[in-house]
Amino acid sequence: MIINMTVNGEARNAVVAGSESLLTTLREELGLPGSKNACEQGECGSCTVILDGALVTSCLVMSADCEDSEITTVEGLSTDRELHAVQRALLDAGAVQCGFCTPGFVVAAAHLFEENRHPSSETIREALSGNICRCTGYGAILRGLEALAQEPS
Amino acid sequence: MEFSRPASTEEAAAIKAADPGATILAGGTDLMVEVNFGHASPDHVIGLRRVDDLADYQDTRIGAGVTWARLEECSHRALAQAARTVGSPQIRAAGTIGGNIGTASPAGDGLPWLAAAEAEIEVYSTTRGTRLVSWDQFFTGVKQNALADDEVITAAVLPENVPSVQEFAKIGQRSAMVISTVSACVMRDDEGSIRVALGAVAPTPIRVRQAEALVSGQSNPSEALLEEFARTVSAEVKPITDHRSTEAYRRHASGVLARRLLERCLAQ
Ligand SMILES: Cc1cc2nc3c(=O)[nH]c(=O)nc-3n(C[C@H](O)[C@H](O)[C@H](O)COP(=O)(O)OP(=O)(O)OC[C@H]3O[C@@H](n4cnc5c(N)ncnc54)[C@H](O)[C@@H]3O)c2cc1C
Ligand code: FES
Ligand code: FES
Repeated sequence: MIINMTVNGEARNAVVAGSESLLTTLREELGLPGSKNACEQGECGSCTVILDGALVTSCLVMSADCEDSEITTVEGLSTDRELHAVQRALLDAGAVQCGFCTPGFVVAAAHLFEENRHPSSETIREALSGNICRCTGYGAILRGLEALAQEPS
Repeated sequence: MEFSRPASTEEAAAIKAADPGATILAGGTDLMVEVNFGHASPDHVIGLRRVDDLADYQDTRIGAGVTWARLEECSHRALAQAARTVGSPQIRAAGTIGGNIGTASPAGDGLPWLAAAEAEIEVYSTTRGTRLVSWDQFFTGVKQNALADDEVITAAVLPENVPSVQEFAKIGQRSAMVISTVSACVMRDDEGSIRVALGAVAPTPIRVRQAEALVSGQSNPSEALLEEFARTVSAEVKPITDHRSTEAYRRHASGVLARRLLERCLAQ
Protein backbone atom coordinates (compact mmCIF):
# COMPACT_ATOMS: atom_id res chain seq x y z
CA MET A 1 0.00 0.00 0.00
CA ILE A 2 1.10 3.60 -0.48
CA ILE A 3 1.28 5.83 2.57
CA ASN A 4 1.61 9.60 2.24
CA MET A 5 3.58 11.17 5.04
CA THR A 6 5.63 14.28 5.63
CA VAL A 7 9.14 13.30 6.58
CA ASN A 8 11.59 16.00 7.64
CA GLY A 9 9.34 18.60 6.04
CA GLU A 10 9.07 16.82 2.68
CA ALA A 11 5.95 15.09 1.35
CA ARG A 12 6.79 11.44 0.70
CA ASN A 13 4.81 8.53 -0.75
CA ALA A 14 6.11 5.35 0.81
CA VAL A 15 5.40 1.90 -0.55
CA VAL A 16 4.68 -0.06 2.61
CA ALA A 17 4.54 -3.84 2.89
CA GLY A 18 1.87 -5.19 5.25
CA SER A 19 2.41 -4.51 8.93
CA GLU A 20 5.98 -3.24 8.59
CA SER A 21 7.27 -0.71 11.09
CA LEU A 22 7.99 2.93 10.41
CA LEU A 23 11.63 2.12 11.19
CA THR A 24 11.76 -0.36 8.30
CA THR A 25 10.02 2.08 5.96
CA LEU A 26 12.37 4.93 6.86
CA ARG A 27 15.51 2.85 6.44
CA GLU A 28 14.61 0.63 3.51
CA GLU A 29 12.10 2.57 1.51
CA LEU A 30 12.77 6.25 2.17
CA GLY A 31 16.57 6.17 2.21
CA LEU A 32 16.84 7.43 5.78
CA PRO A 33 19.11 4.98 7.63
CA GLY A 34 19.86 7.39 10.49
CA SER A 35 17.30 5.74 12.77
CA LYS A 36 18.93 2.52 13.93
CA ASN A 37 17.50 -0.94 14.45
CA ALA A 38 18.93 -2.54 17.57
CA CYS A 39 16.08 -4.32 19.35
CA GLU A 40 12.76 -3.91 17.52
CA GLN A 41 10.94 -4.07 20.85
CA GLY A 42 10.93 -0.51 22.12
CA GLU A 43 13.66 -1.13 24.68
CA CYS A 44 16.72 0.65 23.32
CA GLY A 45 15.53 3.92 21.80
CA SER A 46 17.99 3.82 18.89
CA CYS A 47 15.09 4.16 16.43
CA THR A 48 13.57 7.22 18.17
CA VAL A 49 11.75 9.73 15.95
CA ILE A 50 9.22 12.50 16.47
CA LEU A 51 5.77 11.49 15.19
CA ASP A 52 3.10 14.22 15.11
CA GLY A 53 4.97 16.01 17.90
CA ALA A 54 5.43 12.96 20.13
CA LEU A 55 8.71 11.21 20.86
CA VAL A 56 8.25 7.56 19.90
CA THR A 57 10.23 4.45 18.99
CA SER A 58 9.69 4.02 15.25
CA CYS A 59 10.07 0.23 15.52
CA LEU A 60 6.73 0.16 17.38
CA VAL A 61 4.86 2.40 14.93
CA MET A 62 3.04 0.65 12.10
CA SER A 63 3.76 2.51 8.86
CA ALA A 64 0.21 1.96 7.67
CA ASP A 65 -0.87 4.10 10.64
CA CYS A 66 1.18 7.07 9.39
CA GLU A 67 -1.05 8.38 6.60
CA ASP A 68 -0.88 12.21 6.78
CA SER A 69 1.55 12.07 9.71
CA GLU A 70 4.51 14.35 10.24
CA ILE A 71 7.76 12.65 11.09
CA THR A 72 11.13 14.08 12.06
CA THR A 73 14.14 11.79 12.01
CA VAL A 74 17.73 12.52 12.98
CA GLU A 75 18.41 13.46 9.35
CA GLY A 76 15.89 16.29 9.68
CA LEU A 77 17.59 17.97 12.62
CA SER A 78 20.72 19.30 10.92
CA THR A 79 21.48 20.86 7.57
CA ASP A 80 24.53 20.23 5.40
CA ARG A 81 26.05 23.33 6.92
CA GLU A 82 24.96 23.31 10.47
CA LEU A 83 24.65 20.71 13.17
CA HIS A 84 21.75 20.78 15.60
CA ALA A 85 22.76 22.31 18.95
CA VAL A 86 22.39 18.91 20.57
CA GLN A 87 24.72 17.28 18.03
CA ARG A 88 27.31 20.00 18.58
CA ALA A 89 27.03 19.58 22.35
CA LEU A 90 27.57 15.81 22.13
CA LEU A 91 30.49 16.28 19.75
CA ASP A 92 32.11 18.85 22.05
CA ALA A 93 31.77 16.47 25.00
CA GLY A 94 33.21 13.49 23.09
CA ALA A 95 29.95 11.69 23.75
CA VAL A 96 30.10 9.32 20.79
CA GLN A 97 31.83 5.95 21.00
CA CYS A 98 30.61 3.38 18.45
CA GLY A 99 27.79 5.84 17.63
CA PHE A 100 25.03 3.31 17.18
CA CYS A 101 22.84 4.78 19.91
CA THR A 102 23.68 8.38 19.01
CA PRO A 103 20.85 9.17 16.57
CA GLY A 104 18.28 8.04 19.12
CA PHE A 105 19.87 10.13 21.87
CA VAL A 106 20.09 13.12 19.51
CA VAL A 107 16.38 12.96 18.62
CA ALA A 108 15.30 12.44 22.25
CA ALA A 109 17.51 15.31 23.44
CA ALA A 110 16.39 17.60 20.59
CA HIS A 111 12.77 16.94 21.56
CA LEU A 112 13.57 17.78 25.19
CA PHE A 113 15.43 21.02 24.37
CA GLU A 114 12.60 22.04 22.08
CA GLU A 115 10.25 21.93 25.09
CA ASN A 116 12.69 23.12 27.73
CA ARG A 117 15.80 25.12 26.81
CA HIS A 118 17.35 24.84 30.29
CA PRO A 119 16.49 21.41 31.66
CA SER A 120 17.91 20.28 35.00
CA SER A 121 20.24 17.27 35.14
CA GLU A 122 17.36 15.31 36.61
CA THR A 123 15.08 16.26 33.71
CA ILE A 124 17.76 15.33 31.17
CA ARG A 125 18.24 11.90 32.76
CA GLU A 126 14.50 11.33 32.84
CA ALA A 127 14.11 12.40 29.19
CA LEU A 128 16.86 10.01 28.08
CA SER A 129 15.69 7.06 30.18
CA GLY A 130 14.31 5.34 27.07
CA ASN A 131 17.68 5.33 25.32
CA ILE A 132 20.36 2.73 25.97
CA CYS A 133 24.06 3.05 25.13
CA ARG A 134 25.81 -0.32 24.97
CA CYS A 135 29.17 1.47 25.12
CA THR A 136 27.88 2.96 28.40
CA GLY A 137 28.90 6.44 27.36
CA TYR A 138 26.27 8.01 29.59
CA GLY A 139 28.68 10.23 31.53
CA ALA A 140 29.83 12.14 28.46
CA ILE A 141 26.32 12.29 26.99
CA LEU A 142 24.98 13.84 30.19
CA ARG A 143 27.94 16.24 30.53
CA GLY A 144 27.43 17.44 26.96
CA LEU A 145 23.74 18.09 27.42
CA GLU A 146 24.20 19.65 30.86
CA ALA A 147 26.66 22.08 29.28
CA LEU A 148 24.13 22.90 26.56
CA ALA A 149 21.45 23.50 29.20
CA GLN A 150 23.75 26.09 30.84
CA GLU A 151 24.25 28.07 27.62
CA PRO A 152 22.23 31.29 27.38
CA SER A 153 19.23 30.90 25.04
CA MET B 1 -2.86 -6.36 4.84
CA GLU B 2 -5.82 -4.02 5.07
CA PHE B 3 -5.63 -0.95 7.32
CA SER B 4 -8.77 0.88 8.46
CA ARG B 5 -8.74 4.42 9.77
CA PRO B 6 -12.04 5.01 11.57
CA ALA B 7 -12.78 8.59 12.59
CA SER B 8 -14.98 7.67 15.57
CA THR B 9 -15.66 4.88 18.07
CA GLU B 10 -18.93 4.19 16.28
CA GLU B 11 -17.11 3.69 13.01
CA ALA B 12 -14.40 1.56 14.63
CA ALA B 13 -17.04 -0.72 16.18
CA ALA B 14 -18.84 -1.04 12.85
CA ILE B 15 -15.62 -2.11 11.13
CA LYS B 16 -14.91 -4.60 13.94
CA ALA B 17 -18.44 -6.02 13.71
CA ALA B 18 -18.10 -6.49 9.95
CA ASP B 19 -14.73 -8.25 10.40
CA PRO B 20 -14.49 -9.70 13.93
CA GLY B 21 -11.07 -11.13 13.11
CA ALA B 22 -9.58 -7.66 12.60
CA THR B 23 -6.87 -6.52 15.02
CA ILE B 24 -7.18 -3.27 16.93
CA LEU B 25 -4.09 -1.06 17.08
CA ALA B 26 -3.81 1.77 19.61
CA GLY B 27 -0.29 2.92 20.58
CA GLY B 28 1.22 -0.28 19.21
CA THR B 29 3.64 -0.75 22.12
CA ASP B 30 2.35 -4.25 22.82
CA LEU B 31 1.05 -5.22 19.39
CA MET B 32 4.08 -4.16 17.33
CA VAL B 33 6.43 -6.20 19.50
CA GLU B 34 4.32 -9.24 18.59
CA VAL B 35 4.36 -8.24 14.91
CA ASN B 36 8.13 -7.59 14.83
CA PHE B 37 8.85 -10.98 16.36
CA GLY B 38 6.48 -12.82 14.05
CA HIS B 39 4.03 -13.75 16.83
CA ALA B 40 1.23 -11.77 15.19
CA SER B 41 0.57 -11.29 11.49
CA PRO B 42 -2.68 -9.39 11.26
CA ASP B 43 -4.40 -9.25 7.89
CA HIS B 44 -6.71 -6.40 8.86
CA VAL B 45 -5.74 -3.70 11.34
CA ILE B 46 -8.04 -1.02 12.74
CA GLY B 47 -6.00 2.02 13.80
CA LEU B 48 -7.41 3.95 16.77
CA ARG B 49 -4.56 6.43 17.26
CA ARG B 50 -6.55 9.26 15.75
CA VAL B 51 -10.00 8.46 17.09
CA ASP B 52 -10.36 11.63 19.15
CA ASP B 53 -13.42 10.63 21.16
CA LEU B 54 -11.45 7.70 22.65
CA ALA B 55 -8.74 10.01 23.95
CA ASP B 56 -11.05 12.05 26.17
CA TYR B 57 -9.96 12.20 29.82
CA GLN B 58 -12.37 12.89 32.66
CA ASP B 59 -11.74 12.04 36.31
CA THR B 60 -14.66 9.57 36.31
CA ARG B 61 -14.24 8.30 32.76
CA ILE B 62 -10.83 7.70 31.28
CA GLY B 63 -10.99 7.12 27.53
CA ALA B 64 -9.24 3.99 26.24
CA GLY B 65 -7.04 6.11 23.98
CA VAL B 66 -5.60 8.24 26.82
CA THR B 67 -1.81 7.83 26.84
CA TRP B 68 0.42 7.22 29.84
CA ALA B 69 2.00 10.60 29.13
CA ARG B 70 -1.37 12.22 29.78
CA LEU B 71 -2.04 10.05 32.85
CA GLU B 72 1.27 11.16 34.40
CA GLU B 73 -0.47 14.52 34.86
CA CYS B 74 -3.85 13.22 36.04
CA SER B 75 -5.48 13.96 39.40
CA HIS B 76 -5.65 10.34 40.57
CA ARG B 77 -2.42 10.27 42.54
CA ALA B 78 -1.64 6.55 42.33
CA LEU B 79 -2.60 6.28 38.66
CA ALA B 80 -0.18 9.12 37.91
CA GLN B 81 2.47 7.30 39.96
CA ALA B 82 1.83 4.13 37.95
CA ALA B 83 1.96 6.07 34.67
CA ARG B 84 5.37 7.49 35.56
CA THR B 85 6.77 3.96 35.92
CA VAL B 86 5.59 2.68 32.53
CA GLY B 87 8.43 1.99 30.10
CA SER B 88 10.16 5.16 28.95
CA PRO B 89 9.11 8.58 27.66
CA GLN B 90 8.77 7.02 24.19
CA ILE B 91 6.55 4.20 25.45
CA ARG B 92 4.43 6.58 27.55
CA ALA B 93 3.89 8.92 24.60
CA ALA B 94 2.42 6.10 22.51
CA GLY B 95 1.02 3.52 24.94
CA THR B 96 -2.55 3.85 26.16
CA ILE B 97 -4.54 2.65 29.14
CA GLY B 98 -6.93 0.92 26.70
CA GLY B 99 -3.99 -1.06 25.32
CA ASN B 100 -2.93 -2.02 28.84
CA ILE B 101 -6.48 -3.26 29.50
CA GLY B 102 -6.64 -4.97 26.09
CA THR B 103 -3.38 -6.84 26.61
CA ALA B 104 -4.46 -7.81 30.15
CA SER B 105 -0.94 -8.81 31.12
CA PRO B 106 -0.68 -9.80 34.79
CA ALA B 107 2.11 -7.20 34.96
CA GLY B 108 0.08 -4.37 33.38
CA ASP B 109 0.85 -1.41 35.62
CA GLY B 110 -2.54 0.24 35.18
CA LEU B 111 -4.45 -2.78 36.42
CA PRO B 112 -3.82 -2.71 40.20
CA TRP B 113 -5.10 0.87 40.26
CA LEU B 114 -8.25 -0.10 38.34
CA ALA B 115 -8.80 -2.96 40.81
CA ALA B 116 -8.35 -0.75 43.87
CA ALA B 117 -10.55 1.98 42.38
CA GLU B 118 -13.21 -0.63 41.55
CA ALA B 119 -13.34 0.50 37.96
CA GLU B 120 -15.69 -0.80 35.33
CA ILE B 121 -14.41 -1.39 31.83
CA GLU B 122 -16.71 0.20 29.26
CA VAL B 123 -16.95 -1.64 25.95
CA TYR B 124 -19.01 -0.87 22.89
CA SER B 125 -20.47 -2.83 20.00
CA THR B 126 -22.87 -1.71 17.31
CA THR B 127 -25.35 -4.50 18.08
CA ARG B 128 -25.40 -4.38 21.91
CA GLY B 129 -24.36 -0.80 22.48
CA THR B 130 -22.44 0.06 25.63
CA ARG B 131 -21.66 -2.63 28.20
CA LEU B 132 -19.99 -2.03 31.58
CA VAL B 133 -17.96 -4.91 32.97
CA SER B 134 -16.54 -4.70 36.49
CA TRP B 135 -12.74 -5.07 36.59
CA ASP B 136 -12.87 -8.48 38.29
CA GLN B 137 -15.19 -9.84 35.60
CA PHE B 138 -13.19 -8.27 32.79
CA PHE B 139 -9.74 -9.72 33.49
CA THR B 140 -10.23 -13.46 33.15
CA GLY B 141 -6.71 -14.91 32.92
CA VAL B 142 -3.16 -14.34 31.76
CA LYS B 143 -3.55 -12.00 28.77
CA GLN B 144 -7.23 -12.87 28.61
CA ASN B 145 -10.24 -10.65 29.01
CA ALA B 146 -13.99 -10.63 28.51
CA LEU B 147 -13.96 -8.49 25.35
CA ALA B 148 -16.11 -9.97 22.58
CA ASP B 149 -14.94 -10.12 18.95
CA ASP B 150 -17.18 -7.28 17.84
CA GLU B 151 -16.37 -4.96 20.74
CA VAL B 152 -14.06 -2.01 21.27
CA ILE B 153 -12.82 -0.95 24.70
CA THR B 154 -14.00 2.63 25.08
CA ALA B 155 -13.09 3.65 28.64
CA ALA B 156 -12.37 2.87 32.25
CA VAL B 157 -15.32 4.17 34.24
CA LEU B 158 -14.74 5.09 37.88
CA PRO B 159 -17.16 5.37 40.78
CA GLU B 160 -17.68 8.92 42.09
CA ASN B 161 -16.01 8.11 45.40
CA VAL B 162 -12.57 6.80 44.50
CA PRO B 163 -10.57 7.38 47.71
CA SER B 164 -8.20 10.31 47.32
CA VAL B 165 -5.66 8.70 49.65
CA GLN B 166 -3.94 6.27 47.29
CA GLU B 167 -0.43 5.04 46.59
CA PHE B 168 1.13 2.89 43.85
CA ALA B 169 4.61 1.39 43.59
CA LYS B 170 6.27 -1.43 41.75
CA ILE B 171 9.36 -3.56 42.15
CA GLY B 172 11.54 -4.42 39.19
CA GLN B 173 15.16 -4.97 38.31
CA ARG B 174 15.95 -1.33 37.52
CA SER B 175 14.12 1.94 37.84
CA ALA B 176 13.43 2.79 34.19
CA MET B 177 11.94 0.61 31.47
CA VAL B 178 11.10 -2.37 33.55
CA ILE B 179 8.21 -4.80 33.65
CA SER B 180 6.89 -5.25 37.19
CA THR B 181 8.07 -8.18 39.29
CA VAL B 182 5.37 -7.10 41.75
CA SER B 183 3.17 -4.00 41.65
CA ALA B 184 0.69 -2.77 44.22
CA CYS B 185 -1.87 -0.08 44.84
CA VAL B 186 -3.30 0.75 48.27
CA MET B 187 -6.22 3.11 48.90
CA ARG B 188 -7.78 4.37 52.13
CA ASP B 189 -11.28 5.85 52.08
CA ASP B 190 -12.78 8.46 54.43
CA GLU B 191 -14.11 5.78 56.79
CA GLY B 192 -10.67 4.19 57.04
CA SER B 193 -11.48 1.19 54.87
CA ILE B 194 -8.37 -0.14 53.15
CA ARG B 195 -8.16 -1.56 49.65
CA VAL B 196 -5.09 -3.47 48.51
CA ALA B 197 -4.61 -4.58 44.89
CA LEU B 198 -1.56 -6.29 43.46
CA GLY B 199 -0.23 -7.04 39.98
CA ALA B 200 2.15 -9.67 38.56
CA VAL B 201 1.39 -12.08 41.42
CA ALA B 202 -1.61 -13.90 39.93
CA PRO B 203 -3.05 -14.51 36.44
CA THR B 204 -5.06 -11.27 36.82
CA PRO B 205 -4.81 -8.24 39.07
CA ILE B 206 -6.13 -9.24 42.50
CA ARG B 207 -7.47 -7.77 45.73
CA VAL B 208 -6.27 -9.34 48.98
CA ARG B 209 -9.49 -9.19 50.99
CA GLN B 210 -8.30 -10.84 54.21
CA ALA B 211 -5.40 -8.44 54.49
CA GLU B 212 -7.73 -5.53 53.76
CA ALA B 213 -10.11 -6.61 56.55
CA LEU B 214 -7.23 -6.90 58.99
CA VAL B 215 -6.26 -3.23 58.80
CA SER B 216 -9.48 -1.51 57.74
CA GLY B 217 -10.56 1.06 60.31
CA GLN B 218 -7.16 0.99 62.02
CA SER B 219 -5.67 4.48 61.91
CA ASN B 220 -2.64 3.61 63.99
CA PRO B 221 -1.88 -0.09 63.63
CA SER B 222 0.74 -1.66 65.90
CA GLU B 223 3.98 -3.08 64.56
CA ALA B 224 2.57 -6.56 65.23
CA LEU B 225 -0.54 -5.82 63.16
CA LEU B 226 1.53 -4.37 60.30
CA GLU B 227 3.63 -7.53 60.31
CA GLU B 228 0.54 -9.70 60.29
CA PHE B 229 -0.82 -7.59 57.43
CA ALA B 230 2.33 -8.16 55.36
CA ARG B 231 2.25 -11.90 56.12
CA THR B 232 -1.41 -12.11 55.13
CA VAL B 233 -0.73 -10.32 51.83
CA SER B 234 2.13 -12.75 51.13
CA ALA B 235 -0.15 -15.70 51.86
CA GLU B 236 -3.05 -14.46 49.75
CA VAL B 237 -1.20 -13.76 46.48
CA LYS B 238 -0.78 -16.55 43.94
CA PRO B 239 2.53 -15.88 42.20
CA ILE B 240 4.57 -18.13 39.93
CA THR B 241 8.24 -18.54 39.21
CA ASP B 242 9.29 -17.25 35.78
CA HIS B 243 12.27 -15.63 34.05
CA ARG B 244 11.73 -12.42 36.01
CA SER B 245 11.51 -13.77 39.54
CA THR B 246 10.63 -16.65 41.83
CA GLU B 247 7.39 -17.42 43.59
CA ALA B 248 9.06 -17.05 46.99
CA TYR B 249 10.50 -13.63 46.19
CA ARG B 250 7.20 -12.39 44.77
CA ARG B 251 5.35 -13.50 47.92
CA HIS B 252 7.85 -11.77 50.16
CA ALA B 253 7.95 -8.61 48.03
CA SER B 254 4.13 -8.42 47.91
CA GLY B 255 3.95 -8.18 51.68
CA VAL B 256 6.77 -5.67 51.95
CA LEU B 257 5.39 -3.46 49.18
CA ALA B 258 1.78 -3.53 50.42
CA ARG B 259 2.88 -2.67 53.96
CA ARG B 260 5.03 0.20 52.74
CA LEU B 261 2.14 1.66 50.71
CA LEU B 262 -0.28 1.16 53.62
CA GLU B 263 2.03 3.14 55.89
CA ARG B 264 2.25 5.90 53.30
CA CYS B 265 -1.55 6.05 53.11
CA LEU B 266 -1.87 6.16 56.90
CA ALA B 267 0.64 9.02 57.08
CA GLN B 268 -1.52 11.25 54.85
C1 LIG C 1 9.82 -1.21 26.02
C2 LIG C 1 8.47 -1.42 26.64
C3 LIG C 1 8.27 -1.16 27.98
C4 LIG C 1 7.02 -1.35 28.55
N1 LIG C 1 6.88 -1.08 29.88
C5 LIG C 1 5.67 -1.27 30.45
C6 LIG C 1 5.51 -1.01 31.85
O1 LIG C 1 6.44 -0.57 32.54
N2 LIG C 1 4.28 -1.24 32.38
C7 LIG C 1 3.23 -1.70 31.64
O2 LIG C 1 2.15 -1.88 32.19
N3 LIG C 1 3.37 -1.95 30.33
C8 LIG C 1 4.56 -1.76 29.73
N4 LIG C 1 4.71 -2.04 28.40
C9 LIG C 1 3.58 -2.58 27.65
C10 LIG C 1 2.71 -1.54 26.91
O3 LIG C 1 3.42 -0.35 26.69
C11 LIG C 1 1.44 -1.19 27.69
O4 LIG C 1 0.69 -2.36 27.94
C12 LIG C 1 0.56 -0.18 26.94
O5 LIG C 1 -0.40 0.33 27.82
C13 LIG C 1 -0.10 -0.77 25.70
O6 LIG C 1 -0.89 0.24 25.08
P1 LIG C 1 -0.88 0.47 23.50
O7 LIG C 1 -1.83 1.59 23.25
O8 LIG C 1 0.48 0.64 22.98
O9 LIG C 1 -1.50 -0.93 23.03
P2 LIG C 1 -1.46 -1.70 21.61
O10 LIG C 1 -0.16 -2.39 21.46
O11 LIG C 1 -1.91 -0.80 20.52
O12 LIG C 1 -2.61 -2.75 21.90
C14 LIG C 1 -2.45 -3.74 22.90
C15 LIG C 1 -3.60 -4.75 22.83
O13 LIG C 1 -4.82 -4.16 23.21
C16 LIG C 1 -5.77 -4.19 22.14
N5 LIG C 1 -6.44 -2.90 22.20
C17 LIG C 1 -5.85 -1.66 22.29
N6 LIG C 1 -6.78 -0.70 22.37
C18 LIG C 1 -7.98 -1.32 22.31
C19 LIG C 1 -9.33 -0.85 22.34
N7 LIG C 1 -9.63 0.44 22.46
N8 LIG C 1 -10.32 -1.78 22.23
C20 LIG C 1 -10.05 -3.11 22.12
N9 LIG C 1 -8.79 -3.59 22.11
C21 LIG C 1 -7.78 -2.71 22.20
C22 LIG C 1 -4.97 -4.45 20.89
O14 LIG C 1 -5.72 -5.12 19.93
C23 LIG C 1 -3.83 -5.29 21.41
O15 LIG C 1 -4.24 -6.62 21.55
C24 LIG C 1 5.94 -1.83 27.77
C25 LIG C 1 6.13 -2.07 26.41
C26 LIG C 1 7.37 -1.87 25.84
C27 LIG C 1 7.56 -2.13 24.37
S1 FES D 1 15.00 -0.58 17.73
FE1 FES D 1 13.29 0.54 18.38
S2 FES D 1 13.61 0.76 20.48
FE2 FES D 1 15.23 -0.55 19.90
S1 FES E 1 28.12 4.91 21.62
FE1 FES E 1 28.03 2.77 21.29
S2 FES E 1 26.02 2.28 21.88
FE2 FES E 1 26.23 4.29 22.56
